Amino acid sequence: MSFMRTPPKRADLPADDRSVEAAMMARLRGRDPAAFEELVRRHGGAMLAVARRLLRNEDDARDAVQDAFVSVLRAVDGFRGDAQLSTWLHRIAVNAALMRLRQRPRQTERTIDPLLPQFLEDGHQMQPARAWGQSAEEVLDREETRRTVRQMIDELPESYRIVLQLRDIEELSTAETAALLQMSESAVKVRLHRARQALRTRLDQLFSTGAL
Amino acid sequence: MTCREVFEFLADYTAGELPTAQREVFERHLSLCPPCVAYVESYRTTIQAGRKAFDDPEFAPNAPIPEELVRAILASRSRGENS
Ligand SMILES: [Zn+2]
Repeated sequence: MSFMRTPPKRADLPADDRSVEAAMMARLRGRDPAAFEELVRRHGGAMLAVARRLLRNEDDARDAVQDAFVSVLRAVDGFRGDAQLSTWLHRIAVNAALMRLRQRPRQTERTIDPLLPQFLEDGHQMQPARAWGQSAEEVLDREETRRTVRQMIDELPESYRIVLQLRDIEELSTAETAALLQMSESAVKVRLHRARQALRTRLDQLFSTGAL
Repeated sequence: MTCREVFEFLADYTAGELPTAQREVFERHLSLCPPCVAYVESYRTTIQAGRKAFDDPEFAPNAPIPEELVRAILASRSRGENS
C-alpha cells in the first residue's frame, strides 16, 4: 500500500522533542533553506490532511498548503515555542483552508431546520428517538461507510459544517473557533449543537437499520 | 424539565459543563424518559462518528506529501525571497 511508505528524509528524532523543535525553529529564523525543506517534508503531509478534511477537494487542499507555508515563513519570527510546533502548524493549515473556503463563490445556504428535532406542544419529542445499539467503531469500520458519512457532513449547510469540523474533528476550542470565524462563542455553541443534531438525523438511517 | 429542555442542555451535558444542580434535573429526566436516553447516546455517537469518518490514509497526520507539492512550495519560497 503506497500510503504506508516511509516519507523521504523522515525525522531521525522524535517529532515531539522540544529541543529538536527549538533547533528547527532557530534554523528557520536564520533562513536556512535546508531547514525549510525539512519542515515541509516532515509536517507537510499532516497539513495537507487538514486541508483535505476541510476543503474536500485535492487541488484546493494543495493550494491551501502552499499558502500555509508562505504564512509559516512570515510568522516564523513570532513563534514563541509555547505551543507545540505541530499544533502551531495545524492552526496555520486550518487558517489557510478557511481562507480558500472564503474565496469560493458564495451559494445561498439551505436552512438546517428540516434536519433538527421537533417537539410536541407539551415538550415531548415528536418522533421519539430509538436507540442505535451500534457504536461508531462498528458502523464506520468499512471504508465505504466512512465515505458516506463524510458525504453527509459535506451536505450540511456550510456554516454549520465548518463549525462541526473545527470543533469535533479538528478539536479546536470554542474560543479558537469563534476567533477564526469571527463569531461569538455563544454563536459557535449554538451552531455546533445544531450541526450535530442535523448530522445525527442523517446518521439515524445508517445506525438504526444497520444496513449499508 | 421537558424533552425540549433536555435537548437544549445536551451540548453542555455531554461536554461535562452542566452545573451540578442542572445536571441532576437533567439526569432525573433521563431516568424517566427512554427516548431522551436514546437521543443522548446517539448524540455522543454522532460526535465520534464525525471523527471516525476521516480515519482514512489521505486524511491521516502521517499522510505523505506528494513530491510535486514539495517542489511547488520550495519554488514559491525562492520566488518570495527574490521579490
Ligand atoms: Zn425526554
